Amino acid sequence: MHAVPMEQSESLYGLLAEYADASTLVAASRRVREEGYTVFDAYTPYPVAALDEAMAIQPTRIPMWVLLGALIGGVTAYGMQYYAAVIDYPWNVGGKPLHSWPAFIPITFELAVLGGALFGLIAMIVKNRLPEPYHPLFDVPAFDQASQHAFFLCIEASDPRFDREQTRQFLQALGAKEVTEVVA
Amino acid sequence: MASHHHAPEPPVIEPGHDLESVTHKLTAFPLIRRTPGRWFIGFMVVFILLLVFLYAVIVLTVLGVGIWGINIPVAWGFAIINFVWWIGIGHAGTLISAILLLFRQSWRTSINRFAEAMTLFAVACAALFPLLHLGRMHRFYYILPYPDTLGLWPQWRSPLVWDVFAVATYGLVSLLFWYVGLIPDLATLRDRARRPGAKRIYGFFALGWRNSARHWHRYQTLYLLLAGLATPLVVSVHTIVSLDFAVSIIPGWHTTIFPPYFVAGAIFSGFAMVLTLILPLRSIFGFHDVITDRHLNNMAKIMLATGLIVAYGYLMENFIAWYSGNTFEQYMSANRMTGPYAKLFWLLILCNVAIPQLLWFRRVRTTVWMLFLVALSVNYGMWLERYIIVVTSLHRDFLPSSWDMYSATRWDWMTYLGTIGLFLTLLFLFVRFLPSVSVFEVRELVEHQPYEEATPEVL
Repeated sequence: MHAVPMEQSESLYGLLAEYADASTLVAASRRVREEGYTVFDAYTPYPVAALDEAMAIQPTRIPMWVLLGALIGGVTAYGMQYYAAVIDYPWNVGGKPLHSWPAFIPITFELAVLGGALFGLIAMIVKNRLPEPYHPLFDVPAFDQASQHAFFLCIEASDPRFDREQTRQFLQALGAKEVTEVVA
Repeated sequence: MASHHHAPEPPVIEPGHDLESVTHKLTAFPLIRRTPGRWFIGFMVVFILLLVFLYAVIVLTVLGVGIWGINIPVAWGFAIINFVWWIGIGHAGTLISAILLLFRQSWRTSINRFAEAMTLFAVACAALFPLLHLGRMHRFYYILPYPDTLGLWPQWRSPLVWDVFAVATYGLVSLLFWYVGLIPDLATLRDRARRPGAKRIYGFFALGWRNSARHWHRYQTLYLLLAGLATPLVVSVHTIVSLDFAVSIIPGWHTTIFPPYFVAGAIFSGFAMVLTLILPLRSIFGFHDVITDRHLNNMAKIMLATGLIVAYGYLMENFIAWYSGNTFEQYMSANRMTGPYAKLFWLLILCNVAIPQLLWFRRVRTTVWMLFLVALSVNYGMWLERYIIVVTSLHRDFLPSSWDMYSATRWDWMTYLGTIGLFLTLLFLFVRFLPSVSVFEVRELVEHQPYEEATPEVL
């Protein structure tokens, strides 16, 4: 249906290269990006801050989602209290004004925090496309070590510049310990 | 970062570790095939306490709160004492995981996971007490805003209603923060587990986490934001707890110093509990190279500092009682120090003010058994503090004709000790099945240690 650069890459998810440590991986990622690749990712056993810059990862919009969740939580909480105390069941308690706003602040604050936290979590999970119990990378036996002590870089076959042989040689030239083909 | 330069502090992680060795060490126990006998013995003991709790709750449900020692005027008693005690303990977990993260205290990494779990379980114990105190637990939903047939709403001006929202939010956000922190470690456990069943369960909760750099980026952003949200949250929760008291007009409760003094007291008791739990954990699992003397020293210093704030609170409470010229406040102060509960008051001063002064000595801060004893003393002292606040203020208020004495019954004690059983049961299960130290954050620390200054800070 759609054009595929090479016919073998139909069955290929990408090429997975293992690097010895974080700094080699960061350098390799930078070169991969500079070479014009766009569909690739690094896999590290802990967050490596330098990769954000090397891979040119765009700033995430999660802070916006958290803010939105906090606003929705806070406005809902205040609105609920206002509606209950002023409109739906106005009742004079000890001569206090019906709209006693200082007393409404604590619940407004709590629900704003709750809304922000929930929206943030949902945004992180959805944007990372989790939960994703199966992924082609999990079929590579050595990939288990990405969560322990190994550093990987994977250029995916869907990248327009991907070429089975040239990409492999390129990854190797960047100091890869090993390059594995990942079956889609 | 200035603190890194002037003092040659001991390292956060002992030298000689690499990514593989810390991963192996910290995930070893959850993945052991055969549960060790020692774990079972400990678990049995705490589980029996949990059964005591269940028994006390069943009897309470059948017979009602009349089995407790509460009366009029002391209508709050153990239920509220224990509620405040437990929720205060929880606050150190949030402080360690959120506030110390924002202050970039890298030493927090070895203890934050465990402290967060402690928070979660302490909040669970705390939340039970107001429910039990209702007497009819199955009617708890009366306190929530829902469309009932009478058209009634909760009273928004009441701190007790604020409490429902504060504690519920705190419990949920703590759970969320803890779970988010666990996701990468669950992936590690999934990848290290050999048994298919374990692999599957860890894999289910790991959500298919695959350590992608693009995922890490969003993950780190969320984690930092959650820390930013949890920090004011923890302050607000204990402030609202203190307003349960301060908004009333009871002598000894109606004071503006309560919010800050309660928050400091919460952190004080929470650090005491973290130390009480982590000192045995460290020696049982041999985590000395991850939880070092530097951690003990730092935690002891925070305990000392918050303890001094609490002592200042005691001092000001009594000063203001005298300075206000209010007869009832003055009587309340005198009654605390010389009345029927005077022994407990002075025991509280001994445990919370006098004994913690030993922490000025470095030797006490870094000698395990001494620190453990000081921590136990603070745990007990903070419980006594809540006892004194609740009972002495209520038992003699404005009208001498309504004065009465309070003493706890065996059902009160069974319920209280029973929640300790619940707390420890949950902790036993936690250390058995999950890594009690955050593995990926320790890996990060191990990698960054030699050239900490040269690399840009993560987050």
